[in-house]
Amino acid sequence: MSNELIDFTLVSVALLGIGIYGLAVKRNFIRMLFAIEIIINAANLNLVAFGRFLPHSGGQTLALFSIAIAAAEVAVGLSLIIVAYRMYQNIDIADFRSLKG
Amino acid sequence: MADIAFLALSVITIGAAIAALEMRSLIYGSIALMGSLGGIAGFFLLLDAPFVALFQLAVYVGSIAVLILFTVMLVKRELIFKKIEDKRRKFAGIGLMLVLMVALGAIFIDSGIKTITTDEPPVDFRDIGADFVTYYWPALILMGLILAGTVTGALVLARRVDVEDEQRAN
Repeated sequence: MSNELIDFTLVSVALLGIGIYGLAVKRNFIRMLFAIEIIINAANLNLVAFGRFLPHSGGQTLALFSIAIAAAEVAVGLSLIIVAYRMYQNIDIADFRSLKG
Repeated sequence: MADIAFLALSVITIGAAIAALEMRSLIYGSIALMGSLGGIAGFFLLLDAPFVALFQLAVYVGSIAVLILFTVMLVKRELIFKKIEDKRRKFAGIGLMLVLMVALGAIFIDSGIKTITTDEPPVDFRDIGADFVTYYWPALILMGLILAGTVTGALVLARRVDVEDEQRAN
């Protein structure tokens, strides 16, 4: 195997940085969800990479759990976007300051 | 040293992640996000984890990306093409990103991770299945319940009470 653990870790760090940049700068609700997805994927990449180099099956098992939970999180996040959009006719989170009906 | 496939995959994954956040149109942004998630699946293949790679393709590229695309389609046309971001925060955000990348990267390069190599065979995917039904079975059941609960919760949240009342009145 020619790829080393440090290579995968560095890619994961780059993805984490991009995700945090998106969360800090964007005010668009959907784009912030994209940023969260990128961060979760960086974490999954780390899990599988460390699981390969130990080697231990726990890394892949945990990554599978993580992917499933992320799917649930996205479903709830998207329905929240739809509810907020119906209320405010906008997806700018600066408009969502008063979350009452 | 990394090989060609790894370099190509990292360029695709990181480039698509940046494109997903920076493209003007949300639709192209979500397609770029799909590319980035597919790149991660490629990394899983490189790491000898074909089962996780296929799971990633099925769940992320297959369902989540399509779900996001449908949500984007429900939003007004002007909002899809409008860039909503804090101009003042942009440079601070880029600075934060670079500081984080350089700091964490330096820590990882300095640490003992660099010397870790393995010649052992990859984990058999049958071990993962055995893990799921033996040691992790309570977590598996809990995950199923959480998934069912969150999907039902999402449906209840997105329900339109006014339309239902109208239909009932007719």
